[in-house]
Amino acid sequence: MTTSTHAPHLLSVTDLTRDQIEELLTLTDTFVEVSRRPIPKVPSLRGKTVVSLFFEDSTRTRLSFETAAKRLSADVMSFAVSSSSVNKGESVRDTIETIEAMGIDAVIVRHRSSGVPKQISQWTNASVINAGDGWHQHPTQALLDAYTIRSHFGSLEGRRVAIIGDVKHSRVARSNMEMFTSLGAEVVLVAPRTLLPVTTESWNVTATQDIDSVLGDIDVAYLLRMQRERMDEALVPSMREYSADYGLTMERAAKLRPDTLIMHPGPMNRGIEIESEVAQLPNAVITEQVFNGVAVRMAVLFMLLGSGLHLRNRAPDDSIDKEMIEMEGDQS
Amino acid sequence: MKADIVIRGGTILDESGERRGDVAIAGDRIVGVGDGLTGDREIDAGGCLVTPGFVDLHTHLRQPGKEEAETIETGSRAAALGGYTAVLAMPNTTPTIDSASVVREVLELGRAAPCDVHTSGAITVGRAGEQLAPMAEMAKLGVRVFTDDGSGVQDDRLMRRAMEYAAGLGVLLAQHCEVTSLSEGTCMHEGEVSARLGLPGQPSEAEELMVMRDIALSRLTGARMHFQHISTAGSVAMISAAKAAGMAITAEAAPHHFTLTDESCAGYDATFKVHPPLRSAGDLAAVRAGLASGDLDAIATDHAPHAPQDKELPFDKAPPGMLGLEYALALALTNLVDSGIGMTVSDVIAALSWKPARIAGIDDHGRPIAVGSPANLAVFDPEHRWCIDASGGASRSRNVPYVGMEVRGRVTATILAGEAVVLDGKAQR
Repeated sequence: MTTSTHAPHLLSVTDLTRDQIEELLTLTDTFVEVSRRPIPKVPSLRGKTVVSLFFEDSTRTRLSFETAAKRLSADVMSFAVSSSSVNKGESVRDTIETIEAMGIDAVIVRHRSSGVPKQISQWTNASVINAGDGWHQHPTQALLDAYTIRSHFGSLEGRRVAIIGDVKHSRVARSNMEMFTSLGAEVVLVAPRTLLPVTTESWNVTATQDIDSVLGDIDVAYLLRMQRERMDEALVPSMREYSADYGLTMERAAKLRPDTLIMHPGPMNRGIEIESEVAQLPNAVITEQVFNGVAVRMAVLFMLLGSGLHLRNRAPDDSIDKEMIEMEGDQS
Repeated sequence: MKADIVIRGGTILDESGERRGDVAIAGDRIVGVGDGLTGDREIDAGGCLVTPGFVDLHTHLRQPGKEEAETIETGSRAAALGGYTAVLAMPNTTPTIDSASVVREVLELGRAAPCDVHTSGAITVGRAGEQLAPMAEMAKLGVRVFTDDGSGVQDDRLMRRAMEYAAGLGVLLAQHCEVTSLSEGTCMHEGEVSARLGLPGQPSEAEELMVMRDIALSRLTGARMHFQHISTAGSVAMISAAKAAGMAITAEAAPHHFTLTDESCAGYDATFKVHPPLRSAGDLAAVRAGLASGDLDAIATDHAPHAPQDKELPFDKAPPGMLGLEYALALALTNLVDSGIGMTVSDVIAALSWKPARIAGIDDHGRPIAVGSPANLAVFDPEHRWCIDASGGASRSRNVPYVGMEVRGRVTATILAGEAVVLDGKAQR
């Protein structure tokens, strides 16, 4: 049981200082190494209980978090909303208080409404990790994207990233605008005005409607998923027109520098925002993002629940307890 | 005549000005105004202002239908504690107040209340915006104001007909201005904050387009028009211009729109969710200026109780609205008089009392404090400083967006038809 009434949370990229982000990325290196071991499991979170509470369907994020928690030897409880009392009208608050009464250390929350992880953090003593809320934030996605870029370029400082597509409805875009600019990258949004937030003054970014004007001069082409429902809201005339103007085709990909990374948070709409062959290019790092996602989430869980404690504002010179990430195999 | 009650040692403030004096009450009337009056019971008003009771043009009493959030009894007690002697109930109840039978029920329940309960009626059946409600049968029971509050009448032709029909009956139409095709699915003001929070926002224009249309339709039909809870700078400007052109237009503003901005939504606490939404700092300044100039005639609370579990829903799913009856006076003194916008205490009381009374045709309230006037009075200490807490006061709900604010001005006594329904700041029934 968590005894602190001030359990640390990860709700938004906004809450992280640049130093905290750098620490998490450095720690991720360690867990990438752990993930490559023959037995990719360490005892760091033995005895800790982590609940994944997904009010909105998600396969990859949920699997990624649960894999991360298991590799850290935490006990994982999975709360599937479709088979739960939430469908019988139980409130989010009652749900979290019920789960907490069983004794948990962290809850990983996904919800279709912006702000729910923040609300939950006020109703529980467990650590709350935002696994995506509405259009708002998806901080571990931003961390894994930053980690992926960093692993190719060494740093994000001075790099130029184009975020292409439906920024307005995207928690991935909001998190990444903050993550990338915080780490010193330049961000340009590429979208029709209907798919941009009403104003971007909260972020230090620029915007253009002309994808072809940016392709030759970027280090990362970050594509967002385009949902078909957007047509019904008169945000784009048709998927055909969207693909023609904003889709990353082989023809457009040829304008990218050879080292420009092609990234996508998944799931992809092949043929809409990305042509099928583009996803297979050597500089498309989409599955690498998924691989890094597990290690990033291990780092986040370790920081919040393990002996890392860095998000609790412990002195920055405290080093990680190396014993906690010794190989499981050594002990058995 | 022997007085039942004497309010001693206060400063009288009404439409005719400010003066020292005692007020003597017998039965339901004021029977004496002057020095050294005596009566069976004395209310010490030293350091206090004695004013006509306040009149709220915009109160959600939630009965019938949502008694878990508020009842006519609890809501009217909150009103009395706030210095109100009359409230105008909004018709968005279940069932809707759109027929004589529901009007009768509300008025009947209101008879025992510690403030006069008047009710508005819906403009359209079920507030569905499709068919005119039987306004004449409701008007016969004393309904003087009709509104579909909670939403605006969307259809232009129907609104035109409603105005013509209402003008013929001599009743007032009041509009919640919101074009739903621009606001549907939204939960806050559209701007930098909504963009950052990832919450769907509605632009100021959702309100302004309907203000613009209704000014045009008022010109076309000659009908009087009242605009509810005006929240944007553009709306204030249009109303000012229409009034300058001599049109029969009145408007109200709510305490939250001159106190809070959309930044309050940053913590995703649905206590701060309201329709129309909390707007930008520029809109807040325009609402204050509109009240100071008198272009916005009245302060109306839009007191909107919601049960705690409803306000704990996700921000985009929670119902809109916040409490107001027990905070309006203090918020007005603190944020209008003390903010250097040129509004006096007298201006504030005008906007809380006689101006709204006149708009809604509530004749026994807001009257000058003089011999023969109905004894509907508020007594308050304008210098009493206090901190707003989360209790929600007498309301059944606790959706208070002002928790922790330091304000001044507290009601010590409220007199309704000669009866002290509030004494020493406590409800007597």
